[in-house]
Amino acid sequence: MSHARCYHCDDAIPAGCDLVAEIDGQAQPMCCLGCVAAAEFIAGAGLAGFYRQREAASAAALRPDDRTWRDFDDPQVAGQFVVARDEAVSEATVYVGDLYCPACIWLVTEILEVIPGVDAVAANPASRRITVSWRTDTVSLGTLLARIAAVGFKPEPVTPGQTSDGERNDYRLAIRRLVVAGIFGMQAMMFAIGLYSGEFQGMTDGMRDLLAFASLVVTLPIVAYAAVPFYRGAWLGIVQRQPGMDVPVTLAIGIALVASVLATFRGGDVYYDSVAMFVTLLCLSRFLEMRARHRADDRAEAMANMLPAAVSRVGQDGREERVARAAVQTRDQLRFTAGDVVAADGVILHGALDVDESIMTGEAEPVARAAGDRVLAGTRVIAGGAVVEVAETGASTQLAEIARLIERAQGDRGALQGTADRIASWFVMAVIAIASVTALVWWQLAPERVLPIVLSVLIVACPCALALATPTALASSAANLSRRGILLVRARLLEAMRSGAVIVLDKTGTLTRGAPEIADETRYLDADAARCRAIAAALEADSGHVLAQAFTAGTDDRVTLDTPPEIHVGRGVSGRIDGKIYRIGKRAFVAETGAALSPIAPESGIYLADEERVLARYTVRDALRDDASQTIQALVRLGFEPVIASGDHPAAVAEIAARVGISRHHADLSPADKLELVRRERAAGRRVIMIGDGVNDAPVLAAADASIAIGNGAALARASADAILLGHHLGPLRALADISARTRRVIAQSLAWAAGYNLLAVSVATLGFVAPWMAAIGMSASSLIVVANALRLNRDPSARADEGDLSTGERPAEVVA
Amino acid sequence: MNILYLLIPLALMLLVVFVGLFFWATRSGQFDDLDSPAMRPVLDDDRAPRRSAPGDS
Repeated sequence: MSHARCYHCDDAIPAGCDLVAEIDGQAQPMCCLGCVAAAEFIAGAGLAGFYRQREAASAAALRPDDRTWRDFDDPQVAGQFVVARDEAVSEATVYVGDLYCPACIWLVTEILEVIPGVDAVAANPASRRITVSWRTDTVSLGTLLARIAAVGFKPEPVTPGQTSDGERNDYRLAIRRLVVAGIFGMQAMMFAIGLYSGEFQGMTDGMRDLLAFASLVVTLPIVAYAAVPFYRGAWLGIVQRQPGMDVPVTLAIGIALVASVLATFRGGDVYYDSVAMFVTLLCLSRFLEMRARHRADDRAEAMANMLPAAVSRVGQDGREERVARAAVQTRDQLRFTAGDVVAADGVILHGALDVDESIMTGEAEPVARAAGDRVLAGTRVIAGGAVVEVAETGASTQLAEIARLIERAQGDRGALQGTADRIASWFVMAVIAIASVTALVWWQLAPERVLPIVLSVLIVACPCALALATPTALASSAANLSRRGILLVRARLLEAMRSGAVIVLDKTGTLTRGAPEIADETRYLDADAARCRAIAAALEADSGHVLAQAFTAGTDDRVTLDTPPEIHVGRGVSGRIDGKIYRIGKRAFVAETGAALSPIAPESGIYLADEERVLARYTVRDALRDDASQTIQALVRLGFEPVIASGDHPAAVAEIAARVGISRHHADLSPADKLELVRRERAAGRRVIMIGDGVNDAPVLAAADASIAIGNGAALARASADAILLGHHLGPLRALADISARTRRVIAQSLAWAAGYNLLAVSVATLGFVAPWMAAIGMSASSLIVVANALRLNRDPSARADEGDLSTGERPAEVVA
Repeated sequence: MNILYLLIPLALMLLVVFVGLFFWATRSGQFDDLDSPAMRPVLDDDRAPRRSAPGDS
């Protein structure tokens, strides 16, 4: 398997390509010169360990575009992103989208650290950001970004206000709270052991007071610092009339503390250790939950990063200057050429463009736009050049409109999640009611026992195990999934991924690779097939067109153009090879040369012609992902119902549907139509799982019960999905179905155990048979059982060989390791 | 046992010092990345022989 894929980027190697790069003394296959350069650069820097340690190959390598990075050398452009630390040192934060695994983080930080002039590099994998500071007289931001790009990642500098400082601070606060609770809690436990053994062996009152007082001192930071979020949560729950788990937690902490403080000064049992252990375990479960949540959240940047940081503005005097995108205003005139991403919505004044609008429409084929036509922010220019008058910028672009659609759809979804909270609040009410009744009854029977018994009830009933059951199971299965190439963002996916669910798939980029292949080839006048393809490839390659890949795939021949090709926007390409002019493109374009063309030759397809005759006609189609039909069949057997929802032509959709074996398919859908389809299915009471990759899918991803984005899709799609499929295969979906089922089973077991334990323990405790310390131990033991149960999810049952072959096959890096 | 009257306050003081150090460490970002530092020793090991290899042969 590994010889068919590029060792660097994991893309398929075109037939006939025999490029290799030497890594650790071994020749490894490469798919293109770009990958060879990147791999040799990595190996040359002594960093070849990256290939053995990475978890998944980074998404397809980007075509290096120097100009993009040179823009960041311009102080005006860089100024948006750079913070001056002092006169000589600047700092910037860079978001690197594919930074999922530790090896990637290591590689990127090392690559930067070896650059002279770089002061410090810090990575934050939770938000996939790298903060780098450098001496401004030695090196520039553009150089640093180019360096990151050179190893195949896509650096995106973030503006200082836009960095997720909030998220980072939350994380730091959480880890501090956890450590404070843990460390002080350990001390409290030590003193408690002293106190308990003192009870049995006898100790002086002075010693008892010392130990009790020391316990109080170490418990105070826990109660006053580590447990603060619980008080806040409890208060909010009460104010919003939806009390959650935080209410009994706060009550238990409060009562235990008051009782213990009284006992410290008046004599009696202290429960500081129970408080400490209780808070520590709760902090731990919240911390784990937070880490899982932060890991793949890129919402804030997703929007802004799709647009270029700098654009060429044409001044009134006709001179062009590079300006920061933020400085662009309505009625400005901007120039875009091949390779650019359009920065604002506008109208073409003069010139013509071939624009890839797949980001808005999902359609892979470029669209021709001429003077007077509208172009949209976020779309990519494939060929041509034009001056565009800006009509809308920033928040008023259609791209921003799509982002708002997503937000609204996510709002809808939030309402559903309230159900779980309502169940929790019933549980809480019940606990408080039981505790109050117990207090009242014991008040009548033996007033001096009220405090310890109520405390025992509250601690025993503490939904600790209940609270831990879900997050630990999720963390465990998320770890398992990430090994198989799925990054789990939100847990709802595991809940929704059950038999009977409708799986709505986008076509382009999801079922297909988004890269074309040649479906049909007709040659005229016995032209040589390989040579035709080679000519076509050469013409297309230099024009930066995606079609080039399709032609190079079938041939070993290589031809070179005498001069750079001429691009005729919306029609085709012409170029000179061995003194002859060749044309490739639409029928009408090719016919212009006067090349003899049979009148029955169909309108569609791509024609190749030399000066006097037509050589060949090709039809291209989108290449299916290798394991698409296998995976779909497997999902159907598991009881899922796949549906294709595409923005493409009905014929193309029907063809793909037939190839993968999906009977329900919808074509010609706009993002709004897709949204409607999902809503209709949900209204019919079915669960909907959406799988897509483009910006146009993003609102639908957000509206479905759960959603999965393809890793190399648009950032916006990733941001609104519940899971991200890394790599180029759909196979991991089968593992996902299996792990989802196991996770639900484990959660159910743990919840049943925790609820059963709580019910039993609470009834015993209300009768006064449980001392608070016993309650604390029982609570911890039940939590440990729940955690142990959850850890089972991280193991793979070896019997599942049918998944094993898929998940190892797609990760050559691990095989080597 | 009376030594405890000294040792316990001492332990508490050490605790305060530790927590102070820990807060400083989190503020300077040392705990922001809990995943990749674990990789460093592993990776550094196989990087060393590569660098010294030309000298050996």
